[in-house]
Amino acid sequence: MSAPSNLDRAESVGRPLREEPRPATRLRARHLLGIADLSAEEILLILDTAEAMKEIGARPIKKVPTLRGRTVVNLFFEPSTRTRTSFEIAEKRLSADTLGIAVGTSSVVKGETLADTALNLEAMAPDMIVIRHGSSGAPHLLSRICRSRIINAGDGMHEHPTQALLDAFTIRAHKGRIAGLKIAIVGDLLHSRVLRSNVLLLKRLGADVWVCGPPTLMLPGIEQFGVHATTSIDEALADADVVMMLRIQLERMQGGFFPSLREYFNVFGLTAERARRAKADAIIMHPGPMNRGVEIASDVADGPYSVILEQVANGVAVRMAVLYLLEGSVA
Amino acid sequence: MPTVMDADRMSRALVRIAHEIVERNRGVGDLALVGIRTRGVPLARRIAANLLTIAAEQIPTGALDITLYRDDLMRHAVGPQPVVRKTEIPFSIDDKKILLVDDVLFTGRTVRAALDALIDFGRPKAIQLIVLVDRGHRELPIRADYVGRNVPTSRDESIQVNLQETDGRDEVVLQRAEAV
Repeated sequence: MSAPSNLDRAESVGRPLREEPRPATRLRARHLLGIADLSAEEILLILDTAEAMKEIGARPIKKVPTLRGRTVVNLFFEPSTRTRTSFEIAEKRLSADTLGIAVGTSSVVKGETLADTALNLEAMAPDMIVIRHGSSGAPHLLSRICRSRIINAGDGMHEHPTQALLDAFTIRAHKGRIAGLKIAIVGDLLHSRVLRSNVLLLKRLGADVWVCGPPTLMLPGIEQFGVHATTSIDEALADADVVMMLRIQLERMQGGFFPSLREYFNVFGLTAERARRAKADAIIMHPGPMNRGVEIASDVADGPYSVILEQVANGVAVRMAVLYLLEGSVA
Repeated sequence: MPTVMDADRMSRALVRIAHEIVERNRGVGDLALVGIRTRGVPLARRIAANLLTIAAEQIPTGALDITLYRDDLMRHAVGPQPVVRKTEIPFSIDDKKILLVDDVLFTGRTVRAALDALIDFGRPKAIQLIVLVDRGHRELPIRADYVGRNVPTSRDESIQVNLQETDGRDEVVLQRAEAV
């Protein structure tokens, strides 16, 4: 730096801050491909930054100039309401120019490959690409061929990192911590990228994670991540601080994983009666979209312990934090 | 490292500034304090306490983080990315006289960012600037309305403000920056 012209604060002129020490002040990677790449310190940095971002959403003018002149492409190959809207609002609140590619009307329907689509977008020099794709690893492929920063907004059955981050943010807002909490995750474990990202994140922050689902939807080898796996929902829910229900992903199921939706609900659905097995102050979460009456009863989803809509609201703040931090990440 | 303000001098300067505020604004009606993070916030609280003693009125006090408004933020400057902290302004700034508080006034770029940030919260009647130390070297047409102490410096020196709340003691020291 030639002159200290950019920096007004005395503290920025060549000496360390003397505030509470923070382990991480930036992300190491230039992409957010999965929770697997993040250290506990980096996760906490994202959550702390999201706290500051959340306040912006409560202002009369919900916008800061931080990403002015940056272009973000939202490339969604799978249907999405929450995630896509949430990213778009986050980008706009940071003043980025956003561009949504609706795959149905793009050249993808003419048979263009993912790599070609990406390279063509790249030729128009966006700064970041947010991608949702049905194939696991699609964002990783882009990160190898693109110069833009890549954010994984859900890839196949692999990861959905921003969902896990907003879940952690919501849990922390209610419980003040993650470490030591008993967190029960119930439902379609096999097809769930939300589960994978959440298990990685919650274990990294020291939670006691229980996963539960029918044997046909159990994830083989899940125990190697240090979680308790059970087919008994009562055991999973007992004294839980957090209950996270996962969607039954009918669109990813070929063949019968259980006899009927009604039977699934009878055995694994979250009813008000079952929810009472959890701690008295437990919170109930669902990443959406919900199948009411399949994995969760309507009165529980809309009940006083449900934080499902808060999760959606927090998603914007968490995605703003990710966009901001990635833009400032190392090279 | 010469000390340019000790705890006594700092405390007297903050009392004097409080008196100047009351005199200039003919009372404390419609006033609100906003401290710029980090050290502007405890300074704003101390001035609020002084105003309470002088005018027997509690002045609303907030905290402003200007990180997202910095003009150097996305220029990939060398050094760590600044950590974003929370802005807390729990009152409407519309039609208020805002007293903006920072520890050191140098290039004026932080104040420029703070003005932009404040305007996003509403339309104050006026904004006045309070700084503990004005060290010169302005790069923008900005001046302070209330100054604790003017300290002439050269560009390769730096001013370090330490406050009880953030650093465990009250003092302002002038130091040569390590080799840039």
